[in-house]
Amino acid sequence: MLSFLVRRILIGVLVLWIITMLVFGIFFVAPNNVAQTLAGRQATPETVALVQHRLGLDDPMWLQYLHFLGNALKGNLGYDYYHLVSVNSIVADAAPKTASLAIGAAVLWLVLGVLNGVVSAVRPRSLIDRGLTGFALFFYSMPTFLLGLVALYFLYYRLTVAGFAWFPAGGYVNFSQDPLQWARSLILPWLTLALVYAATYTRLTRASMLEVLGEDYIRTARSKGISERRVTFRHGLRAALTPVVTQFGIDLGQLVGGALVTEQVFSIDGLGRTSVQAIDNQDLPVIIGIVLVAAAVVVVANLLVDMAYAWLDPRVRLS
Amino acid sequence: MTQAADVDVASPEPGVPVAPIAGRSPWRLGWERLRRDRVAMVSLLVIVLIFAFALLAPLVASLTGHDPNAQFRQTGLTPDGLPEAPTSEFLLGTDDLGRDILVRIAYGARISLLVGVVATVITIIVGVVVGLAAGYYGGVIDTVLARFVDVVLSFPFLLFAVSLVSVTGPSLWIAITVIALFSWASVARIVRGQVLSIREKEYIEAARSLGSSDVRIMALDVLPNVLAPVIVYSTLLIPIVISTEATLSFLGLGVPPPTPTWGGMLDESRNYYQQAWWFVVFPGSALLLTTLAFNLFGDGVRDAFDPRADRLMKG
Repeated sequence: MLSFLVRRILIGVLVLWIITMLVFGIFFVAPNNVAQTLAGRQATPETVALVQHRLGLDDPMWLQYLHFLGNALKGNLGYDYYHLVSVNSIVADAAPKTASLAIGAAVLWLVLGVLNGVVSAVRPRSLIDRGLTGFALFFYSMPTFLLGLVALYFLYYRLTVAGFAWFPAGGYVNFSQDPLQWARSLILPWLTLALVYAATYTRLTRASMLEVLGEDYIRTARSKGISERRVTFRHGLRAALTPVVTQFGIDLGQLVGGALVTEQVFSIDGLGRTSVQAIDNQDLPVIIGIVLVAAAVVVVANLLVDMAYAWLDPRVRLS
Repeated sequence: MTQAADVDVASPEPGVPVAPIAGRSPWRLGWERLRRDRVAMVSLLVIVLIFAFALLAPLVASLTGHDPNAQFRQTGLTPDGLPEAPTSEFLLGTDDLGRDILVRIAYGARISLLVGVVATVITIIVGVVVGLAAGYYGGVIDTVLARFVDVVLSFPFLLFAVSLVSVTGPSLWIAITVIALFSWASVARIVRGQVLSIREKEYIEAARSLGSSDVRIMALDVLPNVLAPVIVYSTLLIPIVISTEATLSFLGLGVPPPTPTWGGMLDESRNYYQQAWWFVVFPGSALLLTTLAFNLFGDGVRDAFDPRADRLMKG
């Protein structure tokens, strides 16, 4: 177990290191006119050079990279080019918004998806199974941004026009400021993200449950006289959850990026939207900081998934 | 020829010829199963129609007399400068610049399908080659390739794609490259898993003892046996790719305007959805119809070609 953990953490660090190099490399190769933009249109070449020097942009690539890496190891992600705000504080500001969106949606889709999948699998080919499977396929085929637009049209615009201003069109209210408004501002984004993801989980849970329910030990459990509900949930679902957990780990890890589209549609200034803005400004420290944080989330999520396997399925030994 | 060979054992009465029982390959069996799947066949028809619509886009343009990028500021916009609702001239209405939405959807279909097919093909080729090599050679090659696959799969895909495109500038080929770059790894993982078990089969040993080269064994003995899951996966990959391309275009990172793309049209519609429902509904429906048809067809293909599907359906 310990050697497993150490190995996985080492691989995780390796992944993060490769990502920093790649992002750095990409933006270094690209023509960069940050200094020109900052210095203004009228600036003399000397001024531009001065700005470049101040930002450390005139150093050779490897020096800039080492500089960044050294600071990052000390927990400092650097400062943005334009307002010299620390990237740490930018990330700290945006992360709770993405987390609120992601965690709320994750809870919603996990419950919705797994429950639908179980209901479908218990009565395969029944009317309810066909209904739920079709429902899932519909949302599975729906790109997130399209569902977001549809939600905005019907649940914001149409409802508001009809006199029911239940949901705002976008924006974000801090939880500490007003928990109720926080939830209200997030309902549509949650719903958008959750419905798209839940579809995958319904399909996955259904397939996995069908397979597990055909196993011999399920028949054994039934023949022992255990109630059907207990057989389904305690014996069946537990074993069927392994692929679901795998998927959940992948999705949760990718969610910083996955939430980007939803943040964009509903104007939530989370990590995704902030990174898109930073990319427009070629604000390298911010981009690299957010990509790094996002990658770290992926690495941690993968680790948690592997540990969850062992807990769910006693046959799995971590090695 | 001996006497015994002349006796037709399959025939109940001597002398009456019967059709010989033709051996049916797994492919044929799969195809016959697929053909009986009504949902899959309807989806296939829809896919064919979408392809036809895309191919005939110039015809749509000449029938309506509207170029996809022509701006009809007089006839295609309301006096307030807003998009015009569907009329007999603009069957699906116009967009914010007075362009014909029907014609633009037809041209947008070309981009969606082109990216969907090309990116999927590249993804599959790279994934199969890497997966074959990793699974077949094993050892150091496998370790290195498998770790590499792990690294690619741990990338925050969309964020990274966004950074990459922002540097290179958006274009059709960049969109295809970005999508393929991040999709091949899961194909490689599937293929590798299959090859690991096939590698130990007797017929591989036989081929090797006959002196076949590694490349020959991989291409002729291993590849055909991993093809079924690969085909199933590719049919299910196409809608994901199409939807990713639309997302990139929506974020302004796909094919740059004025080239019509479904994602790009939906992006442009965001400021007008309150006044012009057709601006959202028609491109959105085209996109959804396409991904839905591919997914339904892909499900059918999986049920027909995946040997495990039978067991799953029995429940």
